[in-house]
Amino acid sequence: MDQPRDITPPQTSPETAPYWEAAREGRLLVKRCDACGERHAYPRSLCPFCFSGRTAWEEASGRGTIYAFSIMRRAKIPYAVAYVTLEEGPTVISNIVGADFDALRIGQAVRLDFRAATDGQPIPMFTPDASGAEEER
Amino acid sequence: MGSDGRTMPEPRACIAGIFEHPTRRADDKSLAQLHAEVAAGALRDAGLSHADVDGYFCAGDAPGLGPLSMVDYLGLRVRHVDTTDTGGSAYLVHVAHAAEAIAARKCNVALITLAGRPLAEGLGSGLGLRLDNMPDVPFEAPYGTAVLNLYAMVAARHMHEFGTTSEQLAWIKVAASHHAQHNPNAVLRKVLTVEEVLASPMVADPLRKHDCCVINDGGGALVVTRPEIARSLGRPVVSLRGTGTALKNQAGGRVDLTYSAGRFSGAAAFAEAGVTPADIRYASIYDSFTITVLVTLEDLGFCEKGRGGDFVADGNLIAGVGRLAFNTDGGGLCSNHPGNRGGMTKVIEAVRQLRGEAHPAVQVPDLHLALAHGTGGSLGTRHGSATLILERA
Ligand SMILES: [Zn+2]
Repeated sequence: MDQPRDITPPQTSPETAPYWEAAREGRLLVKRCDACGERHAYPRSLCPFCFSGRTAWEEASGRGTIYAFSIMRRAKIPYAVAYVTLEEGPTVISNIVGADFDALRIGQAVRLDFRAATDGQPIPMFTPDASGAEEER
Repeated sequence: MGSDGRTMPEPRACIAGIFEHPTRRADDKSLAQLHAEVAAGALRDAGLSHADVDGYFCAGDAPGLGPLSMVDYLGLRVRHVDTTDTGGSAYLVHVAHAAEAIAARKCNVALITLAGRPLAEGLGSGLGLRLDNMPDVPFEAPYGTAVLNLYAMVAARHMHEFGTTSEQLAWIKVAASHHAQHNPNAVLRKVLTVEEVLASPMVADPLRKHDCCVINDGGGALVVTRPEIARSLGRPVVSLRGTGTALKNQAGGRVDLTYSAGRFSGAAAFAEAGVTPADIRYASIYDSFTITVLVTLEDLGFCEKGRGGDFVADGNLIAGVGRLAFNTDGGGLCSNHPGNRGGMTKVIEAVRQLRGEAHPAVQVPDLHLALAHGTGGSLGTRHGSATLILERA
């Protein structure tokens, strides 16, 4: 099981402040473009697919599957970095927490969890979800 | 004449000078001094002088604002500069840009320098970049992303999709170590076995210590010039036949770690050169990690996507043993990864091979074509690939 580690706080900006405010309320946001309908991550003001400025915040379900992961064994406190594919589509970098690292698998179902950065900002992360749907292969 | 008997068009530019700094630990030198020492070495190698340089190329490893400090420090009088930075592949991009500038008559003698002191400065594997105001970093840094674990995820996904094994990755390090034994300047000169690579500690699953390149101080430089000048210098002439540059990233969340931008930079370079991977017997392949080499070989077309593990196994990358000799100086995996930017040394060893100046134990006989490939940044997030096809005229 993972141990608490010092988490670097994110540098926020006017563009991304709503994302981090939502995280303080326990919610994960993604950006959806009203022009092309596509969701993207990390969040931008202009859609990276069609360059429309009509992008809106949307709350994600918090469910996803592990696309790839690596256990940073070299660190003083080992941790699991991962790409998680959200139910909504985008694949995001995150950590897998509350997990037996040796039991992690690509395709495994995970759900949203949070760990606080050193300044108290909750950071969206993921934890194994025994009830979740596995990625089919 | 080309190798197939066709008359080849006049090349746009030639690499006339190369120099690899012999140091691997530069506590006693300044960063600017390292740039100057490699510049002097490459000009000496070319048979050109400091006063001949009229174009200067550097990347983010150079101190100061773009070329301003370095052109001043080096005492150059230039009419063309370029500071494109794509990480460790930047110097291959510079070769391509130098050729374009020469063809456009913006300069005649282009000097490209790289130097770094990550050991002396205690920087580890970083590139020394300012992280303020980067749009992507806030969504990565809290998670402890590093070059190491990002490349490790590329390896993990490759294993998952294609069944690639740690043993196959280990063969890449083994091949590099076979070459490094002949290089007196290499950081690691011991010949390794697959078993020894697999016995090294796991640093970020599935990558082990021996899957990683060395971290060291050093540098290198290139002189690119127009063909008529290159032919006047009395040295073997190495001409540029094809170039390609491409970028790849997380694409707004549409992440696919199974391939690199080398798929596009390689295709462009091969198309321009009018040759195929089957024509290439020596390749310098960027080797920050073993997985970097494996993915790149697939993307350049040396084997099918997913079959890189089979391709690299059983010594297939060892000079005199396998189908494709790679990184015969020992590469970044064993010899030199100056300033955590390995592209410069990739070009240098390819030129040595084409000149017939590689170590005799690893020299590919009768070599006329070589490939050099750089991968800068991180395969796991954002990277810039650059491919050069070089020919012995
Ligand atoms: Zn859009």
